[in-house]
Amino acid sequence: MTVLDHPAAQTWPPDAHAPRRDPAPLLPDAEPVRILGTPALGGLDPELLRELYRRLVAGRRYNQQATTLTKQGSLAVYPSSTGQEACQVAAATALRPTDWLFPSYRDTLAVVSRGVDPVEALTLLRGNAHSGYDPYQHRVAPLSTPLATQAPHAVGLAHAARLRGDDTVALALVGDGGTSEGDFHEALNFAGVLNAPVVFLVQNNGYAISVPLAKQSVAPTLAHKAVGYGIQGRLVDGNDAAAMHTVLTEAVAHARSGQGPVLVEAVTYRLEAHTNADDAGRYRTPDEVAAWQRHDPLPLLERELRALGLLGDEEVAQAAAEAEALAARMRAMFHVKPELDPMSLFTHVYAEPTPQLREQAAQLAAELAAEAEAQQEAAAR
Amino acid sequence: MTTLAPPATATMAQALNTALRDSLRADPTVHVLGEDVGTLGGVFRITDGLAAEFGADRCLDTPLAEAGILGTAVGMAMYGLRPVVEMQFDAFAYPAFEQLVSHVARMRNRTAGRMPLPITIRIPYGGGIGGVEHHSDSSEAYYAHTPGLHVVTPGTVGDAYGLLRAAIASDDPVVFLEPKRLYWSKADFTPDAPVPTLGKAVVRRPLSPGGGSPATLLTYGPSLPLCLEAAEAARAEGWDLSVVDLRSLVPFDDETVFEAVRATGRAVVVHESAGFAGVGAEIAARVSERCFHHLAAPVLRVTGFDIPYPPPMLERHHLPSVDRILDAVARLQWEQ
Ligand SMILES: Cc1ncc(C[n+]2csc(CCOP(=O)(O)OP(=O)(O)O)c2C)c(N)n1
Repeated sequence: MTVLDHPAAQTWPPDAHAPRRDPAPLLPDAEPVRILGTPALGGLDPELLRELYRRLVAGRRYNQQATTLTKQGSLAVYPSSTGQEACQVAAATALRPTDWLFPSYRDTLAVVSRGVDPVEALTLLRGNAHSGYDPYQHRVAPLSTPLATQAPHAVGLAHAARLRGDDTVALALVGDGGTSEGDFHEALNFAGVLNAPVVFLVQNNGYAISVPLAKQSVAPTLAHKAVGYGIQGRLVDGNDAAAMHTVLTEAVAHARSGQGPVLVEAVTYRLEAHTNADDAGRYRTPDEVAAWQRHDPLPLLERELRALGLLGDEEVAQAAAEAEALAARMRAMFHVKPELDPMSLFTHVYAEPTPQLREQAAQLAAELAAEAEAQQEAAAR
Repeated sequence: MTTLAPPATATMAQALNTALRDSLRADPTVHVLGEDVGTLGGVFRITDGLAAEFGADRCLDTPLAEAGILGTAVGMAMYGLRPVVEMQFDAFAYPAFEQLVSHVARMRNRTAGRMPLPITIRIPYGGGIGGVEHHSDSSEAYYAHTPGLHVVTPGTVGDAYGLLRAAIASDDPVVFLEPKRLYWSKADFTPDAPVPTLGKAVVRRPLSPGGGSPATLLTYGPSLPLCLEAAEAARAEGWDLSVVDLRSLVPFDDETVFEAVRATGRAVVVHESAGFAGVGAEIAARVSERCFHHLAAPVLRVTGFDIPYPPPMLERHHLPSVDRILDAVARLQWEQ
């Protein structure tokens, strides 16, 4: 007999403090939700499916163009979401305009899908501004680089919205590696305790830089992590755009209706290296990548929609043309060098600059004036 | 053990890698742990090849959680191991700050010496490499302000090796700050040079007799090459600058610093982290208190601005430059 079998262990704590004892209703299914290739696909709105397809095609092109921009030196670094487009796109389509998105550094495609201008979404990675967009305009928090640190923010915002009587939902995006951080766990716990209308989407793309999921967590799935916090967990095929949209939309509705937060794990794969600067050959095999290429979200959706007669050559060509237009717009916009004012270093440190900052600003202004004068002299010579 | 080899050229990254390898070979209680340190060899390749040579237990890829990494290292050290922790980047060490300040720095004191924690915490730090937000912080002041921690930062390839060996051998926790902009700097390198004692500054550039008006630059880590460059440029302006490389912020080598400043009567402290309440303030105060009668001018500081680290396209305006150092040196003619 262990201490747990002891009768006293079962009568304590007293009922008033009893946590939820039965995990069964919270346990996520062990099989990821799939809609492509199942009868459920027929039940979805054809226009929605075509829209998902168009967005997926544009998203793939966006990733390719951004990676090209790193090679041309127009972007300092790019963490590609190639292979994860279905997750990124659904993160935007599942939300209402009044909802909020809390992205991580890899989620620029989700940010763009939400309506943020591609150049503004990429300033962090271009190196000209920390956050090029106004978070309030599209209700997108700044891209968070320290992992999982944005998850508690999403909880707080969702909680505040409810306190103010709004039916806003917050969606926080976290990677599989990020689920190991303390902030992630504190966010889940707070979300549960506050019953905050928040959804956590974990994009499990197999690796945190070089570390495979097996070295990150030994939980049956990452969705299971919800159980310990008393909240709902869902597992979904992250490369199935229809399933991604459906599961996330349900999770958002669940949270919005006051039934509590949801943790959604999307099983997907990072087809590219961690960033353009990373050498993925050090930690994974071409065979593994090839296997996931066969489960690429884009051809997966295209095949199914063609089979259903929802997509023909004309629609495919049109989606490709739209994607090409996006890429051309990106190239044109990145062709223009950003104009930066060095004095902006001091503009937004405080609402009112400290006397010391004013002094430092004056110093830099004098240096810049001297530099400009020297340049003029050199040009005159 | 290393065999005697002729001097070879190495980068600072290679010297650090060699120091880890030699420490792991020399002492079976040394263990390396951190994010991506195993198969990948670290994002800067400082731990390259260690997992292959010493096994995954001695060079452990951990889950992605800095508080967890350092907290686990505390427990390992309690049980007699010597953990060497890698934090991936300066601003990603902050989740571990609680472990550092609440436990690592205090355990020896709290247990009246019964539970020392010989942990080395390696943190790539500083800017100048075009890193995006959270990849360029200089956090030395936070660590130096916490009693119980050693804070060490090499400015040369040789010191990178020697100081890291000394840090790992230390019976106290050492925050080992690696200037990432110097990772690819190269120099002749003999791992067999004697291991320096922690807490000793070194004069990198002595005064040359008759070399002009003398002054002293006090600096460390990433700003060392900049100061040497400025000292070279200052010759044309009629200044003869000695350059002191502090190497260790805690313990602080008063003697070497005071001696160098007394010899010139003028000093400029150079570092790239924010000046306000920074390490330079401490240095200027110590020098003023102890060398007052030798000073011909106030101790000046050339530092980064008091702003969050800017986006890379603007970082050159933020970082100390040769010109800013020379301007400060010119201002030292105060009341002459
Ligand atoms: C707190 C923190 N620690 C370390 C890092 C460095 N880092 C950047 S990305 C990354 C891996 C992230 O993996 P995961 O969460 O799975 O997201 P993915 O990159 O796969 O999208 C690490 C360790 C960081 N950004 N933040």
